[in-house]
Amino acid sequence: MDGREQKPEKVIEVRDLVAHYGERKILDGVSMDVYGGEIMVIIGGSGSGKSTLLRHLVALEQGTSGTVKILGRDPAALDAKEALALRKKIGVAFQGGALFSSMTVGENMMLPLYEHTVLDRTTMEIMVRLKLEVVGLAGFEDLMPAELSGGMVKRAAFARAVIMDPKILFCDEPSAGLDPVIAAALDDLLLRMREAMGMTIIVVTHELESAFRIADRITVLDQGRILLTGTTEELRETKSERIQNLLQRRTQEEIVDPEEYLERLMGERLGERALL
Amino acid sequence: MIYRIKDENGTTVVAFEGEVDLESSPEARRILLDCLGRTSSLLVDLSAVTYIDSSGIASLVESFQNARKAGRHFALVAVSGSVLSVLRLSRLDKVFTIYDTLEDGLARAG
Ligand SMILES: Nc1ncnc2c1ncn2[C@@H]1O[C@H](COP(=O)(O)OP(=O)(O)OP(=O)(O)O)[C@@H](O)[C@H]1O
Ligand SMILES: [Mg+2]
Repeated sequence: MDGREQKPEKVIEVRDLVAHYGERKILDGVSMDVYGGEIMVIIGGSGSGKSTLLRHLVALEQGTSGTVKILGRDPAALDAKEALALRKKIGVAFQGGALFSSMTVGENMMLPLYEHTVLDRTTMEIMVRLKLEVVGLAGFEDLMPAELSGGMVKRAAFARAVIMDPKILFCDEPSAGLDPVIAAALDDLLLRMREAMGMTIIVVTHELESAFRIADRITVLDQGRILLTGTTEELRETKSERIQNLLQRRTQEEIVDPEEYLERLMGERLGERALL
Repeated sequence: MIYRIKDENGTTVVAFEGEVDLESSPEARRILLDCLGRTSSLLVDLSAVTYIDSSGIASLVESFQNARKAGRHFALVAVSGSVLSVLRLSRLDKVFTIYDTLEDGLARAG
């Protein structure tokens, strides 16, 4: 991208974000920048806080401390009108993102259009079909979600997230559970949307192969902290054993502390660490 | 988005300029459908379009299909690189009649 040579626009800026669920600290001082037109991939073990971070980025949740800025503004501090304007520029495909079961696929996809635009109905219908085309669901607009397979629902939810060609797209595990051919096609689509529309894309994924295929930079999250943010090359070359283990899909050889282990088994201590 | 309409020997040329997005595409759509009601041959000059989103693309699709049904000539000319990559996203570069330059388009529309 030739925009990269000029001063790139900082689309997302996170500083020292700390978040708790109850007493448990889930995000422990996360700082991250994402630049315009960049594909940033967040990887990390199950329970490391990836989805939590994403929910904070889109202001669904607010941290205990630290700051989040989207396009230079704290999304939680916007008035209703500004928040609506921001939402129009953002697409979100959540993990396990569902569709409303009482509406057809097409009606589900039109919801954001009705909320944010005054487009002609014909235009909306064509937009829906265009997006269903690119996710390989052409002709499915009149079906109910219950009539789709799990992978199809997932693709339809993704199609809905991009229905308005958002400036910033957040996807949580967009290809988890999809067959490899479709997952690769989805990766390709992300790359082409970035190329054609200049989208900034933040993807959470377990699929390392996919991460390396699409990422400009990768952020590795581990127990609520960022271990490293870097290009795919930087990640491959890192000396960090923990990251190498993650990349090699080796589980952590945890040092067994007998006392702590016994306390955990006896329910005297909270399980604090998720296995990678 | 701004636009200009001119007549070249019976062929109507609409040139859009700037961004055809959620805000401006309803106007683009209205202009295209209006023109189709008044001409038998319409060229859409996209050389100065810096950004088009799928609402703009949808307006082009609707106009093209209307033109075909009404037996009118409809083509895109001088499609800018950014528009072309958006057309390619949904393989519409293989659907529209596209001429490299306005001159080509006019010669073929004649
Ligand atoms: N709504 C919630 N209430 C309480 N705790 C939560 C909630 N959501 C997540 N957590 C906890 O926060 C931690 C991080 O969860 P999160 O969903 O962010 O992980 P993740 O990295 O997305 O994992 P996965 O890869 O399995 O999706 C987990 O320990 C989880 O139990
Ligand atoms: Mg998650």
